This record gives sequence, structure tokens and C-alpha cells, in this order.
Amino acid sequence: MFEIVRREEMAKGTVILNEIEAPRIARKAEPGQFVILKANETGERIPLTMADTDPERGTITVIYMVVGRSTALFRELRVGEGYQDMIGPLGRSAHLERVGTVVCVGGGTGVAVLYPITRGLKQLGNRVISIIGARTKDLLILDDEMKAISDELHVCTDDGSYGHHGFVTDVLKTVLEEEVVELAVAVGPVLMMKFVSEITRPYNIKTLVSLNPIMIDGTGMCGGCRVSVGGENKFACIDGPEFDGHKVDFDQLMQRLQAYRQEEIQSLEAHRCKLEP
Amino acid sequence: MAEKEPVKEKIPRVVMPEQRPDIRRRNFDEVPLGYTSEMAVEEASRCLQCKRPPCVAGCPVDIDIPAFIGHIRAGDFDEAIKKILEKNRLPAICGRVCPQETQCEIRCVLGKKGEPVAIGNLERFAADFARINGIEGAPPRQKPTGKRVAVVGSGPAGLTVAGDLIAKGHEVTVFEAFHKPGGVLVYGIPEFRLPKEIVFAEVALLDKDGVDIECNMVVGRTVTLDELFDEGYDAIFLGVGAGLPRFMDIPGENLVGIMSANEYLTRANLMKAYRFPEYDTPIPRGKNVAVLGAGNVAMDAARTAIRLGADEARIVYRRSRQEMPARAAEIHHAEEEGIEFLFLTNPKRFLGDDSGHVIGMECLRMELGEPDASGRRRPVPIEGSEFELGCDLVVVAVGSGANPLLTNSIKDLVLNRWGYIEADPETGKTSLDGVWAGGDIVTGSATVILAMGAGRKAADSMHEYLTGGRRLS
Ligand SMILES: Cc1cc2nc3c(=O)[nH]c(=O)nc-3n(C[C@H](O)[C@H](O)[C@H](O)COP(=O)(O)OP(=O)(O)OC[C@H]3O[C@@H](n4cnc5c(N)ncnc54)[C@H](O)[C@@H]3O)c2cc1C
Ligand code: FES
Repeated sequence: MFEIVRREEMAKGTVILNEIEAPRIARKAEPGQFVILKANETGERIPLTMADTDPERGTITVIYMVVGRSTALFRELRVGEGYQDMIGPLGRSAHLERVGTVVCVGGGTGVAVLYPITRGLKQLGNRVISIIGARTKDLLILDDEMKAISDELHVCTDDGSYGHHGFVTDVLKTVLEEEVVELAVAVGPVLMMKFVSEITRPYNIKTLVSLNPIMIDGTGMCGGCRVSVGGENKFACIDGPEFDGHKVDFDQLMQRLQAYRQEEIQSLEAHRCKLEP
Repeated sequence: MAEKEPVKEKIPRVVMPEQRPDIRRRNFDEVPLGYTSEMAVEEASRCLQCKRPPCVAGCPVDIDIPAFIGHIRAGDFDEAIKKILEKNRLPAICGRVCPQETQCEIRCVLGKKGEPVAIGNLERFAADFARINGIEGAPPRQKPTGKRVAVVGSGPAGLTVAGDLIAKGHEVTVFEAFHKPGGVLVYGIPEFRLPKEIVFAEVALLDKDGVDIECNMVVGRTVTLDELFDEGYDAIFLGVGAGLPRFMDIPGENLVGIMSANEYLTRANLMKAYRFPEYDTPIPRGKNVAVLGAGNVAMDAARTAIRLGADEARIVYRRSRQEMPARAAEIHHAEEEGIEFLFLTNPKRFLGDDSGHVIGMECLRMELGEPDASGRRRPVPIEGSEFELGCDLVVVAVGSGANPLLTNSIKDLVLNRWGYIEADPETGKTSLDGVWAGGDIVTGSATVILAMGAGRKAADSMHEYLTGGRRLS
């Protein structure tokens, strides 16, 4: 078992943080890499990109939004309990280099994945402009943490309940008009990553996105995670999860992410029936 | 059946009872039901007990076949399993999935005039009898040597190395990337051919013998080979299988509803998606399923699709019936279950709807030309023969390659041009001191028993290395 040593609820309990004991993974993990978790015997294998690692404590941290059957199951796990299975670190680490000014754009729980990448970029001496957003103020996560590692932080909410009223992409446009930016990193909903990539394209700004396709093994064995990048098939678990946003076929990715939509509903319902007989 | 009754063959080969095709095509229970004790004794009595038995030479792990069959004939089932376990630690598995018809049974003297002794069925009987009745027959463990061995991958190759070396007194740890041990036996071969409970029971025996099995360990990622040596392992065996799916590389292949056989079967078997929503992993339940390829993997995929409720499941193969690589028995079972076969047909592109879901394939008809490198006649497309085939699920089962995840992480490990590990066929030694390899990651996709044979040879060589007083570095 992989024990949960710390658990926090964020965004009104819709987002959960788990710090999990896994010394071997913690020693190896680098920003941008992910783990695959399975809660129990009947559980599904769920990939989550690590939000943090602590080699000394021998722990890794994941932050996830409760969206379906499996994350609902994860939410029930308390400190002292744990995941039956976890593997990692998987995927390539994020591409970190000193380029000058970088813009880091995060939406929803994507901010959790963006955080260690942003920190890495900052530590390398880049000037970091961060733009993070959520639907509403209560759903915003890690804004203090992002603030601490950014030279400039812009916060947006779709409903205007906090910070800029509107989308991260609006702020991005303004920033790009005013600043010379060498690199953009975007992590969040697929649609957000797609729009960020479209906005940076005319400026010729290298744009990295972190993808989250459906996975099973995470070791290149099934091909379920394949994404089309520059017309070529890539396995996100081996070649990614980070890719050049200007080359990713986001529409196809969105369609592939919908593959089990019906089953997800069915599964959630079956689970609810069990909980509330 | 032979026309003339052979002199010695008084009793016909005892047929193993099976679930009826119309029933089993909708359940995941095992198809063959096994021999009763009476059936086993009767079948065993057909064996001629040859003085120089040709069958043994066909067995990659040298089971003393006449001896164990002799024990069954005498009704001494305990002794029968002991005899088998001397050479093979996974008999319930091998009795089910080995291609006996091309190995031991093909050499059986009875087969010259009639039907060979059902060696595989008898092996299965002995193993099942022992498991059900709690009989233990593994040879006793030799005294501890103090040497530590790491085995990477828990497929048949790795498990054989582990079983052999633990018996010889070494300490053995098996590292497996998945959350369950067994390799293809667990994630690939379906429940109805090889119940997972049987695999876990045979693995549990190794565990009981002292083999330490660590799952969730992706060697090359969670821990590297160098670190394993640093942690005090004296020798390492690599048996990571050939886990890289091949695709067709034709337009439309990323449509929803097109997946590799690895993905389809892993969902169904390892993740038990056929029991969704009791198990959380979903699997597409296609109504009109096309399986590309005609090997054992393709048969398993098509038979799985039927069991998941498909109205039609079709094998689409670019060559003809004669060239199909699957075992005859598997093809026969598939046909009985209503799988259709579309020969000399090859998809050219996949067709999808607005939501990006596959709805069909444009196919080309093929004809057979000159023999190719494999000796089989090469399929050539017939100009202008395009036609459309409707389907809502496509499983691509056209073979697999070498997964580079581990091999790329090891400096100086010599690979061949396809990415498989170069290893001495007699000893399994690789280019690195203290590192052996065997199974599909050396030969490319082969069979359970060949992987076990390779494991046996490597284990012998490793034992020699570990006890030969050579300096370990
Ligand atoms: C669907 C299907 C049906 C088949 N049917 C038959 C049949 O009927 N009869 C027959 O004889 N053969 C059959 N085969 C072939 C047979 O299963 C294989 O030849 C055999 O399993 C190979 O054994 P192996 O030990 O080399 O590798 P595998 O069984 O592939 O096991 C390798 C193991 O290593 C693990 N691994 C990989 N990388 C790492 C890593 N980096 N770190 C740790 N662990 C790792 C994998 O997860 C896996 O568990 C079938 C194969 C398939 C796919
Ligand atoms: S998750 Fe299976 S290949 Fe990437």
C-alpha cells in the first residue's frame, strides 16, 4: 500500500491534495512527470502528474479534481489509508531552460501540474509571468504558491468573483502585446491549451503543453495514450506528457478523451447506488 | 481418425469435455472443462511408455513425459505432479496454453498412425488435481548460497528463472511493472483460455517457496539496473516481454474505437473490464467488431468481443486461411463460436463519423504473389478492388515489437536491429557482465514454453556464475 501522509481539501472540497509515501518514486521524480494510481482491487489505473515531490520525506504530492468514479473513490481515502498500487515516475520531465521571459498559463487543476514547472523555470533564472484561472473564486487553487514563485501573477475567474473577469487567454493576449516572451507553458483543460497555442502561434513563441490522454499501463505497452503531434503518432506516456502545443491535434485529443463518456456516467451511477442503497 | 485401426491404439484419444459453443460464446468461463480422474487414467493408459521417448525431445523444459503419464496411469497423481514439477513450475498454465501439437505430441509414436497421447491435457489434469487437493510437490530448496538475484518482468521467462534459482538456494526478487504478476498470462491471454486464478495460484507457490515478488516496479524508471547492482543484487535477469503494440499506420487510425490488441485485452483481462461496472475500467462493447490479424492474439481478441456482446466479430486477414499463424485449435474454437473470417482483405483507411468514432474501413482485396522472406506467399493488393466494411470497433492485432523503456535505460546493452536484446541462445548471457535475458524480449513474440525454456537456460548459467567463485563486480 502507498500510504497517504497528508490530505487537504481545496476549492470547496472539489479538489483534493494527497501527499503519498513513495520513497523510490520521490527520489527519481522530476517536474512534469506523472504517476499512475489505483485505489483498490477493482479500481481503474489513473494517471496524475505530480504537483510536488519531497525526496527527503520520501513522498510525492498529487492534486486532482473529483470528476468521476475513480476520483470520487480517491477522495474517500483518509490519512493513514492509501492506494493499493502506484507506479512512477513516468513520462519525460518538463523541458526546463533559461530563455528570458516565460509565461506560465494554468487553468483549473492544471495549476497543480504547472506549479513545479514554473518553480523550475524560476529557479533557472527566468522572468516568470504566471496567469492562472478558474471558473469562480472558490475553485482557484495554489494562487499563493504561484505568487511566491512568479515575478508577476495574474488571476482570472470566469465569473469575475476574483481577479480579472474573464479567461486566462484574454490576459495572455494583453501580456503578449506588452512583453517580449520567449517561452509559454500551458497546463489545463484541453480547450484552454488549444487556445493558448493558437494565441502564441502568430508570435512564434515556443509553447509547451502537458497532455492527459486516457492511459492504462503508462509504459508504452498499449498505445491507448497516442496523440497526433505534427502529424506523427506519439505515446504520451513515453514521449510526453509535454508536447509542442503548435503541433498537437487538440480536436482529436478531445474526441479521444470522450471515448468512455457513457461508461463514466454508468459507473458513477452504479457507485452511487452502492453508497446509498 | 485414421482409417485403419492402429495395432496398439485400442482406445481412442479421450476428448476433453468443453462448454458448448452457443453457451460459452456469451460467458468468460473456461472453455475446456478438464479430465475427470477416470478420463485421465484412460488417456494415460494409451501411452506406449517408449524406452527412448521422442516426445521429451520436443519439450523445451524436458519434462519426463512418459514417467508422469505412467504415474497417472497407476492412479498415483501425487507422484505425477512431482515428476512434472521437477522440470516445470507452471504446469497448469502450460497444460492449457502450450502448442503441444507442434512440440511433444507431434513426436508421439501413436501419432504416426492415429492420434497422439493428449500430453497437454494430462499435464493440465495433474496440475489441477494437485492444486485442488492441496498437494505440494516442488523439489526441496537447496541450502542458502547468500547470493541475490533480481528478475525483471514476471512473465513465464522471469517466473521460471525465479523458480529455478530459489530452488538452488539463491535469494530471488522479481520486479514487475504492472500491479499483478504473470506478464502476458495475466494481461493478454483471456480468462476463458487461462483463468487468472490459476496463474495466481502457480505464482503463489513461488511466493511460498520464498520468491519475493515486488509489483509496481518499473525497472528503468522506479529503479535502474545500476541501482539494483548497488543494492546488492549479484545477477540480473531481464524478461520484460515484447510489449510494444504495432499499428497499421494508415489514415484514421486514431479514431475512437480503434485500439491495439494489447489495450483491448489488458482492459478485459488485467483490469477485468468484462465485469464493468463492478470493476471500474471500461471497455468498448462493439456490436460489429473487426479484428486485424490472424494470430493467437487476434483469435483471443475476436473471442473476447463475442463474449462482450458483439453481434458480429470478424477476423480480417490479408493472406489466406493456410497462412494464418494462430494455432489450429484456437481457429477451430473461434469458428465454433461464430467468428467470421475475411481472408485476402486489408484495410486501406478507417472511416469515422463527426464525433471521431470509427464507423468502418475501406478495404482492398488481395491476392497471393511470390513467397516473401517468411516463406509465405506475399499478399498483393488488387487494383481498384476497394470496398467498405462497416464496424464500430477495430482491434489491431498485427504483432508487437520490443518496448524500449527498459533497454534504452541501460548503457552498453547490445540490442539487435529491431531493438530486441542480444543474448547467447545457450546461456541467455547479454553483452553486460552479470546480466541475462530471455523470452519475448530476446526472440520477439513467441510462446510461453519457449520463454520458459529460455528462462531455464539462463537460470542454469546464472547459477554457474553465482557459484563458480567468479569475482562479482
Ligand atoms: C493475447 C496473447 C495470447 C497468447 N497466447 C499464447 C498461447 O496460447 N500459447 C503460448 O505459448 N503463447 C501465447 N502467447 C505468447 C506468450 O504469452 C509470450 O510468448 C510469453 O508470455 C512471453 O513471456 P515473457 O516472460 O518473455 O514475457 P511477458 O509474458 O510479456 O512478461 C513480461 C513482463 O515484464 C513486465 N515488464 C515489462 N517491462 C518492465 C520493466 N521495465 N520493469 C518491470 N517489469 C517490466 C511486463 O509488465 C510483463 O509482466 C500469447 C500472447 C498474447 C499477447
Ligand atoms: S498508456 Fe499504454 S502506451 Fe501509453
